Amino acid sequence: MKFGVVVFPGSCDDVDAQLACARVADVVPLWHADHDLQGVDAVVIPGGFSYGDYLRAGAIARFAPVMTEVIDFAHAGGYVMGICNGFQVCCEAGLLPGALLTNASLRFVCRQVSLEVVNGDTAFTRALLSGATLSIPVKHTTGRYYAPEQELERLEAAGQVVLRYGPGQNPNGALRDIAGVINEQGNVFGLMPHPEHAVDELTGSTDGLGLFASLRDSVGALVGGGR
Amino acid sequence: MSVAGTYGAQRALELGLTLSEHELIVQLLGREPNEVELAMFSLLWSEHCSYKHSKLLLRTLPSGGPRLVMGPGENAGAVDLGGGWALAFKVESHNHPSAVEPFQGAATGVGGILRDIFAVGARPIAILDSLRFGGPASERTRYLLDRAVSGIGHYGNSIGVATVGGEVYFEEPYEQNCLINAMCLGLVRSDRLIRSAAAGPGNLLVLFGASTGRDGIGGASVLASAVLGEADAAKRPSVQVGDPFAEKKLMECSLELLERHLLVALQDLGAAGLTSAIPEMASKGEVGIDIDVSRVPLREADMEPFEIMVSESQERMLGVVEPSRLDEFLAVCTRWETGAAVVGTVTESGLIRVLDGELVLGELAVGVLVDGCPLYELSPERPATQIYPRPPRSLESEDATEILLALLASANICDRKYLFEQYDCVVQSRTVRRPGQADAAVLELEGDGAIAVSIDCNGRRVAADPYWGTIEAVLECVSNLACVGAEPLGLTNCLNFGNPEKPHIAWQLTESIRALGDACRALQIPVVGGNVSLYNEGPDGPIYPTPVVGIVGGGLAEPALAGRLGFAGAGDAIALVGGFAPELAASELAKLRGEELPTELPAIHIAAVTATQRTIRDAVRAGTLRSAHDIAEGGLATALAECCIAAGLGAAIELEVGSDAALFGETAGCFVVSGDPSALRQLDPRTPHQIIGRVGGASLQIGAGETRIELSLERLREAHGAGAALFD
Repeated sequence: MKFGVVVFPGSCDDVDAQLACARVADVVPLWHADHDLQGVDAVVIPGGFSYGDYLRAGAIARFAPVMTEVIDFAHAGGYVMGICNGFQVCCEAGLLPGALLTNASLRFVCRQVSLEVVNGDTAFTRALLSGATLSIPVKHTTGRYYAPEQELERLEAAGQVVLRYGPGQNPNGALRDIAGVINEQGNVFGLMPHPEHAVDELTGSTDGLGLFASLRDSVGALVGGGR
Repeated sequence: MSVAGTYGAQRALELGLTLSEHELIVQLLGREPNEVELAMFSLLWSEHCSYKHSKLLLRTLPSGGPRLVMGPGENAGAVDLGGGWALAFKVESHNHPSAVEPFQGAATGVGGILRDIFAVGARPIAILDSLRFGGPASERTRYLLDRAVSGIGHYGNSIGVATVGGEVYFEEPYEQNCLINAMCLGLVRSDRLIRSAAAGPGNLLVLFGASTGRDGIGGASVLASAVLGEADAAKRPSVQVGDPFAEKKLMECSLELLERHLLVALQDLGAAGLTSAIPEMASKGEVGIDIDVSRVPLREADMEPFEIMVSESQERMLGVVEPSRLDEFLAVCTRWETGAAVVGTVTESGLIRVLDGELVLGELAVGVLVDGCPLYELSPERPATQIYPRPPRSLESEDATEILLALLASANICDRKYLFEQYDCVVQSRTVRRPGQADAAVLELEGDGAIAVSIDCNGRRVAADPYWGTIEAVLECVSNLACVGAEPLGLTNCLNFGNPEKPHIAWQLTESIRALGDACRALQIPVVGGNVSLYNEGPDGPIYPTPVVGIVGGGLAEPALAGRLGFAGAGDAIALVGGFAPELAASELAKLRGEELPTELPAIHIAAVTATQRTIRDAVRAGTLRSAHDIAEGGLATALAECCIAAGLGAAIELEVGSDAALFGETAGCFVVSGDPSALRQLDPRTPHQIIGRVGGASLQIGAGETRIELSLERLREAHGAGAALFD
């Protein structure tokens, strides 16, 4: 089982994401300029400010050479997890529904928040229970989840809202307190909170580990199933 | 001869040199400098680059010791952490640019200190900041605060370095001259530290990073070396504009160049740009350098040679590379999409030659340029009376409960959450204690213990007494480290003062540096470097003297045991530790009451304080204490309230004396700790300590003589959170 963590110019949490992945499986960095996914079983697009977030968060990264491969990989059913800036990139790339807008406060916010696992039955949450509470930090300026009302209804009905900020915890004004969503096919997941910064009691909590472990197990199930 | 009124002398004056300095230049050169040369002198001999009014004093500071691996004079100093690792760190000011344009001023301040750290080969791991603004009610204060904090966050967050701590004070004397000091820490293998000394004649000088534009021209000499009045508006040049994305690439590029052993020397471009960087590299390496301005990549095509030489465009570095390694060097720059151009050559000449293609624009001996600047002795004189006006009175009540609520809600004490939430404090996965959790930030090292860091200075107390106020700043910083279990390893400082040519400022500076030296000798720690920011004064007078002190601490073998400030559990005993002798003079309460600053503070028995700090440190490390918090602004009652608020736990306290001084007075080297009662009784008996109460309940109750305070957690939180209004 091998994770790949994309490294764009301006990625900041790429090393952290690699450290988190390494707790549950093997991991390699995937350089933005290479058209090569090195045979990884799952891709993590990490947090940071790819290309300085110039133009619009994620808008330039979406056109990086490696993203051609990541998009093909996702379309072929490969697992992709976009964290924070990675979530923004996934939305820009059309891999996930909706968009991320500037926080209601117009400010950067770094805060430990509690999250509700809305759907514990996805490839990214299978090690967790629906209704469970996770303590994971957020840190972003552009994290206010938005989608048209009809789309939100559809997402909720289809179980595509995976994570929600707990009561009173919404740090950015996201619609319906949405913190993380999954695509219709269930293989691309994006979230604003940083699970890679919640993998060690010493630095805050271990509540993010379940997401990485879920992903490992999902890949294992696929491989075991003779994919 | 320099004659007032001649063109050369006139021009020198315009550029900020004095007539006698111009005369000295003519004498040393044996001729008049030309325009380019004069521009270079004006910058290198400016206060900002030459430290001409402070260097003689700074030389008295202890800068050696077994821990030191890189001392003052390099881009940053470093101390040994053991296991082959070194910690590079430095604090620097960006006061004057921030007063003009707070967002970019603060952002580029962070950018500059980050470059200083990776210029010695270290990967930046943490940023702290120390900020000063005018009174909290002022429109200007709120504007500067909001923009400066945004600027710091913009840069630090975007580059992936955690901002883990800092401090901010609001005092009227900073109204016109805000202070923006930023500190950075970086980790490096000791054997990979790199210096800035150019070496090896024939080696090439590569300028890499951003291209060069007209930004910040004249910044170092004009902005930071003189008092600007209303009439000098035209002298305020364009402030530099920061691009954290460019710096992120530059940082990764520089660290990869080092990793691949492609650098002979490395220097960041800061104040005065190439004009400062090139002679410094040549001087340290005892070589000459030819620099060809026609080869510098430009943002604007029509720049004059002197503009290229003095530009303060951000996100640029100078590397020295062997010709045979140049292609490899440039390949790394290409990989990181960092511009790079060979702009010069190391020579044996001992000269800085500024070329424009074939044309020689200037030719100066390195020694004259770098070491020729006169160093001035100050003429200190203690003023007969306090020079600072009374602060405005904002508190009338004499009731202890009302006083405590007012202190908790005051600008200098209220909750800082609204500030530090704008900074990423977790990136790089090593933050063991975040802002608000402990008195110092704690950062885990790769599988090998942790370090701690704190930055401190209460300028009002330094204004009351430059010597003892500065001693207090150092001790406060060490106390903060002790609360997490760390012992001090080394100190960096940023000396923010007014105009040193005035006798009373000279006295403040002299006394403050004398105190820094005495404190560091007592603690046996080196001063590894720092920064001086003078001329911080306006029409209303000078700022409070503000020697900001940053200290890094080590010895935290078990990071999980690092102390926290909040109480930990109901039933724990609370103890007051240290020689408790609080006084109201120059305290936060005295300020709220609008009392005049005293002209001296009580002397401190430094050895007794350091012994107390050792007791706290040892107990935290041993796991004896479940919380530890140092008593600072607002005194004992405020410290107790902070421990309650942080924990969401109440406490019941019994004290013998209920005077304002006992409850709200301030003193160095005292702590509020909690833990198992039997464990607290076993603290080192040589350190004064007494159990004063217990943790528990939903309110803070203090019985002290006739005085009674009872406040619910809710009311404490509400008061402490009142500062949020400041930051909206």
